[in-house]
Amino acid sequence: MNLTLMGLNKIKEDYLAAQTVLARRIIVCAGTGCIVNGSMKVYEEFVRCIKDSGLNAVVELKKEKEEDGVFVSKSGCQGFCQIGPLVTILPENILYTKVRPDDVQDIVETTLIRGELLNRILYVDPDTKKPCKNQSEIPFYRKQQRFVLANCGVIDPEDLREYVAHGGYVSAAKACLEMTPLEVCKRIGDAGVRGRGGGGFPTGKKWEMALQTESDKKYVICNGDEGDPGAFMDMGVMEGNPHSVVEGLIIAARAIGADEGYVYVRAEYPLAVKRIRKAIQDAYKAGMLGRQIFGSSYNFDLHVMEGAGAFVCGEETAMIASIEGRRGMPSPKPPFPSQRGLWGKPTVINNVETLSNIPLVLAAGLDQYRSLGTHKSPGTKTFAVTGHVANTGLIEMPFGSTLREIVFHVAGGMTSDDGKPMNDGFKAVQIGGPSGGCLTRDHLDLPLDFDSLKQVGAMIGSGGLVVMNKNTCMVSVARFFMRFTQEESCGKCVLCREGTKQMLSLLDDIIEGRATEETLTILEDLAIAVQKGSLCGLGKTAPNPVLSTLRYFRDEYEAHVKHKYCPTGKCKKLTKFWIDENLCRGCTLCVTKCAIGAIMGEKGQPHKINQMLCRKCGTCIEVCKFQAIKGGKS
Amino acid sequence: MSEERYVTIDNKTILIEEEGNLLELVRKANIELPTFCYHSELSVYGSCRLCMVEIEGLGLVPACSTPPAMGMKVRTNTEEIRKMRKIIVELLLANHNQDCPTCQKGSTCQLQALARRLGVSKVRFKKQNRELPLDDSSPSLVRDPNKCVLCGDCVRICSEVQSVGAIDFAYRGAHTVVIPSFGKELDKVECINCGQCARVCPTGALMPKSEIEEVWKAIYDPNKVVVGQVAPAVRVALGEMFGLEPGVTTTGQIAAALKAIGFDKIFDTSFSADLTVIEESNEFINRIQKNENIPQFTSCCPAWVKFVEQYYPEFVNHLSTCRSPQQMFGALAKEILANDLGIGPEDVVVVSIMPCTAKKFEAKRPEFNHNGMRDVDNVLTTQELGRMIEEAGINFRELEPESFHLPFGFKTGAGVIFGNSGGVSEAALRYITEKITGEKRDSYEFTTVRGDNGMREATLTVGSKDFSLAVVNGLGNARNLLERIKSGDVHYDFVEVMACPGGCVGGAGQPVYSNPSIRHKRTKGIYENDRMLELHKSQDNPYVTELYSSYLGDIGGEKAHHLLHTSYKTRKRISDEDMTFSSGDDQGFEVNVCFGTGCFLKGSQKLLRDILEYIRSNGLHSSVKVGASFCFETCDRGPVVKIGDKIIEHCTLDKAREAIEGMATSTLKEVQRNA
Repeated sequence: MNLTLMGLNKIKEDYLAAQTVLARRIIVCAGTGCIVNGSMKVYEEFVRCIKDSGLNAVVELKKEKEEDGVFVSKSGCQGFCQIGPLVTILPENILYTKVRPDDVQDIVETTLIRGELLNRILYVDPDTKKPCKNQSEIPFYRKQQRFVLANCGVIDPEDLREYVAHGGYVSAAKACLEMTPLEVCKRIGDAGVRGRGGGGFPTGKKWEMALQTESDKKYVICNGDEGDPGAFMDMGVMEGNPHSVVEGLIIAARAIGADEGYVYVRAEYPLAVKRIRKAIQDAYKAGMLGRQIFGSSYNFDLHVMEGAGAFVCGEETAMIASIEGRRGMPSPKPPFPSQRGLWGKPTVINNVETLSNIPLVLAAGLDQYRSLGTHKSPGTKTFAVTGHVANTGLIEMPFGSTLREIVFHVAGGMTSDDGKPMNDGFKAVQIGGPSGGCLTRDHLDLPLDFDSLKQVGAMIGSGGLVVMNKNTCMVSVARFFMRFTQEESCGKCVLCREGTKQMLSLLDDIIEGRATEETLTILEDLAIAVQKGSLCGLGKTAPNPVLSTLRYFRDEYEAHVKHKYCPTGKCKKLTKFWIDENLCRGCTLCVTKCAIGAIMGEKGQPHKINQMLCRKCGTCIEVCKFQAIKGGKS
Repeated sequence: MSEERYVTIDNKTILIEEEGNLLELVRKANIELPTFCYHSELSVYGSCRLCMVEIEGLGLVPACSTPPAMGMKVRTNTEEIRKMRKIIVELLLANHNQDCPTCQKGSTCQLQALARRLGVSKVRFKKQNRELPLDDSSPSLVRDPNKCVLCGDCVRICSEVQSVGAIDFAYRGAHTVVIPSFGKELDKVECINCGQCARVCPTGALMPKSEIEEVWKAIYDPNKVVVGQVAPAVRVALGEMFGLEPGVTTTGQIAAALKAIGFDKIFDTSFSADLTVIEESNEFINRIQKNENIPQFTSCCPAWVKFVEQYYPEFVNHLSTCRSPQQMFGALAKEILANDLGIGPEDVVVVSIMPCTAKKFEAKRPEFNHNGMRDVDNVLTTQELGRMIEEAGINFRELEPESFHLPFGFKTGAGVIFGNSGGVSEAALRYITEKITGEKRDSYEFTTVRGDNGMREATLTVGSKDFSLAVVNGLGNARNLLERIKSGDVHYDFVEVMACPGGCVGGAGQPVYSNPSIRHKRTKGIYENDRMLELHKSQDNPYVTELYSSYLGDIGGEKAHHLLHTSYKTRKRISDEDMTFSSGDDQGFEVNVCFGTGCFLKGSQKLLRDILEYIRSNGLHSSVKVGASFCFETCDRGPVVKIGDKIIEHCTLDKAREAIEGMATSTLKEVQRNA
């Protein structure tokens, strides 16, 4: 079947016609976060309750004219998973939060039948204490600029027609029917699109290089091997708007002259795998993939490759090895994949978010795209915000936004370890995951883009943002990320394999009180050697958390090393434990719980800790009911 | 005329010629960059990070994977580079088993040499040694993962040069190890024992297995007559261990050293190589006349023989049935020599000195083992002999040359050139042409088969017939050739294969070398040795003629067949891999379903399930033992199922059922009869 632009328009018109008949639509968020919180039960409950109340529940839009009814649909992730399951009621545009199956009957009666708001499940603005009717009133959403994520959380990710109804596949069709490959490369280059996977390499340039390489066969690969701890931007896009990724790949293939592609997605994202597979299947049926796509003379076949979850497979050459069925280990560049990639053929690898941007850039035009972000980093960036902030989740901001806007406006400000608001609690942000670096109070007003971050020793990375309050020990943070990279090192090059292991061991020495001042020198020397000498990006960036915490929080390291003291009290081995005689009731609970018998005392008499024996495990603090056991600087 | 391109290396201008990477170019500037993972004969791997150089404008890059470009300004010894190299060596040492004084790699260990060269006087990092088990299962090699620096040289030479891939990386990060497939021991997998992995290993992680202690024991035993045989390639390489130039012939010194050490008789494997020429050539003439099993493949190289047995069952019959010179000698020694000396064969201890690790495996093959007595008792590598000479305190360089014992110490040049790739072919041609034409020919008519290329071919006209032959070294080349023969792209009458690059002179038992020029000198030494000898054709060896007339009788006759020939069989790549799903009683029979890749893809898993179901539902579970086996090496005819002794190809449930019913009936009858 040949699908032309007119064909696309027909799909769109049919879909919209079928939809307009329906007065109402209920969108239940079916992102991973909301599903885990029970949104699928909520969905089923809606279908049941709507039917029970005599209304017509429509679960699938049919081309034939339907009777009036309520369209109950699912969407991808809406970002604010913390308050999920989320339910949107259209056309009123009401956003209900933390919806449980028990709430559904109430929603149907109150909102659907009586047309009233159900206040108890609306989001409450923590500052004004006022209930928010929808996203436009919720601070978390109000400050964001959703470009790539605009349709995530609105459209049904499993329905190609709705993607088309929102303008989907027009860019791909135009790229195939009305533009030359070079024009596509130039357009993307002129728009200034840069790779969202971490490096920020200009996408248009990357494509042009591959276009210029002569070969009988070329490949495009979508890198969906998102692996940073706490990062789920690409998962959000693949689950919420899989067709945008497929469309981006079609355009990329057209631009470089590839006729085959892969979506490499980690097997730990089963929902993303399922939806990408469905999207590909539907796109084949509709004539957007396969032979003579969009009625053009081009063929494009797309496969899904599930990765087994090695972090290093996000590195281009390792990913290629993995797809070829070899051990996922990077190889030296040159040759670059654009010269010799998958099966030895020129290959372009783009990140999920980059590809998802592509159709929008072509559709929106250069000016509109360039109106977002900064001159050198146009457009937007998605971030996964976690840590000590009030609002965690998936957000999208224009490049050039400041950390202050993200942390204090979108994420709702700092919290303490137990989640309570903590004014003036900001200490640092780890940006870019284990490959990135930390940013401090001094960087709160730094416009975030690819280049500004590089200058301060960090990187935008794929977009993980871990916000830390002032009770966070920065040495422990460095250790956390070092442990991650050490475990995820592929083991190929000496500096990364042995270097990360030794850095971890040196950090352990610091945290556990065995370090000397020489330890810091060795750590720094080693970190620089690993950074400069490792084979691939994983190794080269692995020392970043160490180097940037050393740069900005050296005093904390020195306190650990010189004074055997952790300023935040988080490093237990450097903490001295003692019993406040005034508070101790002599209950002997700590005496019995201490595994090595370091606490002595008679019943009814204040107890004492033998400092020589104490292993600083902290069990006594946890069991004491009277807060009589103290820990801190000796 | 193309413009000259050059780079500047440490302020010296160096012309770019054929060099594909900076490392080769830096070498041309007479600067030796440290490296563990770069070998000109293997792919660029880039893992050791030792060859980092600084390029103006680019910063630090590994020289091995950087193509030279016009005008590059390269520095190889900046403060940063020096610091990084030390850190890398320290990191490796911190993770390395440091029993250096007792390590057999000794002075040839590159890690030790590098630490010394870079002035690493202290390891600042914490010792991270894991205690991993030693794998000494193989008759040829010992694997000590605690000494492995994970440079991957062994992995690449095994797969890239030999196309075997018996070892590879497993696990990630700090847990990475190089292990045989499925974590099995080396002797359970498809390792062909060529030992090239040990040759390229920079440390003592892979080493030839030593039999020195057993040999000393035999020497000290007054009741044993210790008989040594020395392979051709040993004589042009052993001197390297004592500071002599590669390729210098030390035959006389070797004989003197062996006598000094305490060997009772010293013979030359080149003598039995002369015998091999005669037997193998006649076998070839026979096959050509009958047009049977052509091409004939040589079978002197035990690594190659195992390769054919496990990968090319369809070509097993094409291997010459001749035993290798080592095994011919062993058989003669145990039978004739024992008789001549008036002692029992159990008191003759045959010790081979070989350039090869696979010969250790060959000597232990059951075909050459009768009633618990091996034809060849021990195999020493050239390196091991060198170590014994060192241990005995013999000043090898100053030894007065002595001669081998007769009769088996007398050889012609034809028996000596066996040490080079192409040597067996040339020696055979020197015989075949005279035998066919009946006229005397020049000894050096067939030097066209010489050369350094891993795959050479020649066409010769002998009498009225054209013969095409191929000479191959490196089993990757052999695999290519076999595939082309299989597909009918090429035809040969005679194919000589040696597993090691350059043939036996490049064997893994030879003194460690990494520069191919050393091997070339040995090759040259062998050919010079041939020239220096009085006779050059095996048929001219008077002691061989005498042996036939007094003992063996006809060439290829019954006696010769018994002593000088053998047979080969197909072999599983992975042994010891059977899984039992249903165990019958003692009187039952076995059903084995192949679970190798080929059969698995052809549905053997479902077939196994169906067979199990059939056996259960028919109440046969007590009399049938059902298992999955790894590979019957007939993958193109899968799924393969073995029922009793019967192998069923393209097996279906119906075929299996029929065979099981047949077996069950006969077993039942037998049980009744026995009862």
